[in-house]
Amino acid sequence: MNDRPHICVELLSNPAYLSGARELISSVCKRLGFDDLTCSKVALAVDEALCNVIRHGYKYAEDRPIWIRLWPLFDAEHRPDGVKLVIEDEAEQVDPETMKGRDLDDIKPGGLGVHIIRDVMDEVCYERREKVGMRLTMIKRVPRCCTPMRLSDRARVKRGAGDCDG
Amino acid sequence: MADEVVRVDRDGSDTVVISPLGDVDMSCSPTLRTTMREQLDARPRRLIVNLDQVGYMDSSGLATLVEAMRTAKRHGTRVVLCGMNEKVRAIFEIARLHQFFTIVESLAEARES
Repeated sequence: MNDRPHICVELLSNPAYLSGARELISSVCKRLGFDDLTCSKVALAVDEALCNVIRHGYKYAEDRPIWIRLWPLFDAEHRPDGVKLVIEDEAEQVDPETMKGRDLDDIKPGGLGVHIIRDVMDEVCYERREKVGMRLTMIKRVPRCCTPMRLSDRARVKRGAGDCDG
Repeated sequence: MADEVVRVDRDGSDTVVISPLGDVDMSCSPTLRTTMREQLDARPRRLIVNLDQVGYMDSSGLATLVEAMRTAKRHGTRVVLCGMNEKVRAIFEIARLHQFFTIVESLAEARES
């Protein structure tokens, strides 16, 4: 991934900062043309991803780093097309194939985070980072009915930037 | 996070109303979980969870409510959720839990249920 992110945030793995991350993502998505409910759902997906890092990756340690990067996406006609989000950590690496939501017919507490992420986002990709930690890449497309955003033409990232190959 | 995360009110002798105040996420779900356990230990006939002050809920909040619902069933307590905004309702629908819970629009409706 060669394009510079429009937003890059490093936060510690403390649940107290989840609300700030949600507000940031929701506000930016609003400017990118998403409707209010979709903004909230994208923020939910990010929240769930951060919670999974804190809970499973860092075992509730509150002083470990998490990075959130964001790119707006544009289609071939330079129309606003969505958002790409990448969340990275330094937690123990796991097999990306194991990152699946549980069976929803089994009503029990917990285990819903990955299901929610995959339900909300259009593209989801878990992978190991090069040396340490995991990377989650998520893409959400703007429905064509939504209002176009107001960003400068120079700040465009083309639709193909959503690949999960780093 | 606000000092008061959850408010507890009693309607007569057999109904408890639990009202989370603000976002229900990983940082405050443990407080909600503890409050619900304490109230369910008293085995009220009905427990109402009033969500009209909740702007946001994540899966930790859902897990807390599912756990409470399971305990309530064992205790013979009826659980009713009310006051959900569309963003909170969305997560119940994504997790397909909107059919698992009894959900009504308002607190008044919950009291009559």
